[in-house]
Amino acid sequence: MAEEVKKKTHTPPDPNSAKYKLGKIAADAYKDAIAAKARGEKVAWVSSNFPVEIPETMGIATVYPENQAAGIAARGAGTRMYEEAEADGYSNDICAYARISLAYAKLKSCPEQDVAMPDVLLCCNNICNCMIKWYENLAQDLNIPIIMLDIPFNPDNEVSDAQVAYVKGQFLAAIQQLEEITGKRWSDERFQEVMNNSCRTSRAWLAATAMARYTPSPFNGFDLLNHMAVMVTARGKPEAADAMETLLKEYQENHETGKSTFRAEEKYRIMFEGIACWPWLRVTSTGLKSRGINMVTTIYADAFGFDYDSFDNMIRAYCKVPNAINLETSRDKRVKLCKDNHVEGLLVHTNRSCKLWSGFMPEMSRQIGKECGIPVISFDGDQADPRNFSEAQYDTRVQGLTEIMDLQKEGDLA
Amino acid sequence: MRGDRLLYAGIDIGSTTSKCVLLRDGEIVGSTLVDTGIGTGGPEQAFSGALAAAGVRSDEITRCVATGYGRTSWKGADETISELAAHARGSHFLLPSTRTVIDIGGQDAKVIALGPGGRMVNFAMNDKCAAGTGRFLEVMATILRVPIQSLEELAAQAQRPAPISSTCTVFAESEVISQLAAGTPISDVVAGICMSVASRVAALAKRVGIEQEVCMSGGVAQNGGVRRALERALEIPIFYAPQAQMAGALGAALYACHK
Repeated sequence: MAEEVKKKTHTPPDPNSAKYKLGKIAADAYKDAIAAKARGEKVAWVSSNFPVEIPETMGIATVYPENQAAGIAARGAGTRMYEEAEADGYSNDICAYARISLAYAKLKSCPEQDVAMPDVLLCCNNICNCMIKWYENLAQDLNIPIIMLDIPFNPDNEVSDAQVAYVKGQFLAAIQQLEEITGKRWSDERFQEVMNNSCRTSRAWLAATAMARYTPSPFNGFDLLNHMAVMVTARGKPEAADAMETLLKEYQENHETGKSTFRAEEKYRIMFEGIACWPWLRVTSTGLKSRGINMVTTIYADAFGFDYDSFDNMIRAYCKVPNAINLETSRDKRVKLCKDNHVEGLLVHTNRSCKLWSGFMPEMSRQIGKECGIPVISFDGDQADPRNFSEAQYDTRVQGLTEIMDLQKEGDLA
Repeated sequence: MRGDRLLYAGIDIGSTTSKCVLLRDGEIVGSTLVDTGIGTGGPEQAFSGALAAAGVRSDEITRCVATGYGRTSWKGADETISELAAHARGSHFLLPSTRTVIDIGGQDAKVIALGPGGRMVNFAMNDKCAAGTGRFLEVMATILRVPIQSLEELAAQAQRPAPISSTCTVFAESEVISQLAAGTPISDVVAGICMSVASRVAALAKRVGIEQEVCMSGGVAQNGGVRRALERALEIPIFYAPQAQMAGALGAALYACHK
C-alpha cells in the first residue's frame, strides 16, 4: 500500500528538460552500441580524449570504458570488479578505471553497467599514459585490433605546425584502418555535419558552465560531473547540441528568476580539482552542500569544450586538452576559471588512481592559490576505488577550508 | 574577554584520547585528559573530570564547542570546529608568538599556518598513510616493548641513529625488526623512528611554508626525540608548551568564549 502511494507521488521527469535529454543521450549510447552489436556491426571501445568525431562521422557504435567504470563505481560495484582484476595480478596502484575495465573484459558482465563488447579499440594517450598499457592489455585479452594515437605532451604554449602534421598523419591512418576493420566509409560532408554539431554542443556547454559567474550560481557544480558524460561521448550528435542548448536556457532562466540547482543557500564558492570521487559522490557532495559550499567550477567546464572550424583545427584542439599541456597553460586556464567565477577556495582531489593529474597538482594548486589569493586544500580519494578515501579525514579538511573562507570573508586576513 | 564570570567548555575527542578544558575569565579553571577517544566512554569521563576539577556543574556552562574526530558525536556541543582551527587557537593562546603549528595527533599530522591573532590561514595534512603520526610511534613502541613515554630518553642515548622508512608503517615495522635482529642498539632504532616521523612531517611543513616561531601541539609534542629530530630536519627551533596535548580542547573553549 505504502509502495502504491509512493509511486503515485513520483513526478516523472520532464522530457523537455536538459536533465532528461542528457540522461537519455548517455543511456542511449550504451543501448545503441548493444543494438549495433546485435545487428552484426563492429563496436569500438574508445578512450575519452580520442577524437569522437572520427567514429561519429563513420557511424561506428562506441563505448567509453572510463564512463562505464565511473558508472560501475558510482553504483557501488567497483570493489567487486577491481578485486577480480587484482586477483589476476593487476596492482592496486593501477588506475581503478583500468582495473574495472580489464575485469569487465574478462567477465563480460556487470549488471551495474553492461556494455557491448568491442571489435576494435581506439586509444589516445593525450589524457594519460596508463591508457596505453590498459588498452594494449584489452587488445591482447580480447584478441582484437587497437588503433593508438600518439598526441605527445606539449611543453610549448602553442601547437606547432609540425605537431599538427604528426598527429594528422595518425588521424588519417586511423580513418583508413577503421574503414578496413568496420567496412564503413569516411565522408567529408558527414564530417562537416559532425563538426558543426560538436561545435554547437561545445559552445552551449561553455556558455552554460560560464553562467557560474553569477552569484548565486544558477547551478550546482556537481551537475557538470554528470553532464560531462555527454560532452565526452556524444558531442558530435545533433541531440547533444539540442540538450546542451536546453541546459544553457535553463541556467539562464534560473539566473533570471533567482533559482539554482544548488539546493541550499550558497555561502561559499569553490573550484573542485580532479575527477569526481565516484564511490563517495554523495558523501563528498553532502560534505560541501551541508556547509553551503557550491562547487561552481571545475576544469571539466573547459576540458571538453571543443570549438574549431576545420580538420586541422580539430587536431589542434586535441593537442590542447588539459593533461597534454604544460603546467603554466594548465594553471592559467584554472586561474581564469577561478577569477571569472569568483571562487573563494580550491578543493583538490588527490586521486590515487590518477598519478599524472595528482602528480602535477601540488605545485599547480600552490600557484593557483597564490595567484588568486584563495586557500587550497587537498584530500585523498580515488575516482573508483573506495578504499582510498576516509570520510572523517575529508570532513575535517572541508571544515578547515570553510573556516579559512569565513576568515577571508571577515577580512581578518587582509 | 566577553562575558564576565561565564564558563566556557572545549572538548577535543580524538582517535586515542579525549580532552576537556573549562575557561572562565580567560583562564583555565579545569582540564582533564583521558586515554581513550572516540567510540568509548572517554569523552564523558574527560567532560565530567573537567567539571569536577573546576568544581562546577554542567548547567553552568554558557557554551560548549567540540572538536576532534569525534566532534559531531558529542551531544552536548553548541557548535563544532575542526581540530585545525582548534589547535591554531589553542597553540596561539599558549605561545602567542607562534606562526606555524605542527600538530601530530593519533591518526594524522597537520601543519597549520597562523595569521594575525592566531587565526588559521592555511594548513596541510598527511596523506592516507599512518607514517608520521602518533599511531606510528605507538606501533613502534609496541614492537620495541618499551613504554611510549621512554622514547625520548632512549633517542637521547643514540650513537648512530638507524635509518627507518618514512613511507609506510608496515614497512617500517619490518625494518625495525630487522635492525633489532642485526643487533642494532634499541636507542639507535628509537632515534631512527623519531627521525622517520620528523622527515615526513618536515616535508608537510615545507609544503605549507614555515613562518617562525614554530610550535608543536598534540600528544607527540611531548616526545623530545621527535621535537629534536624535527628541529634538525627543519633547521629551526621548535617550541612547545607543557599543555600542548590540551591545545585542541583549549582552542575549542576559546572559540566558545569568543564566538
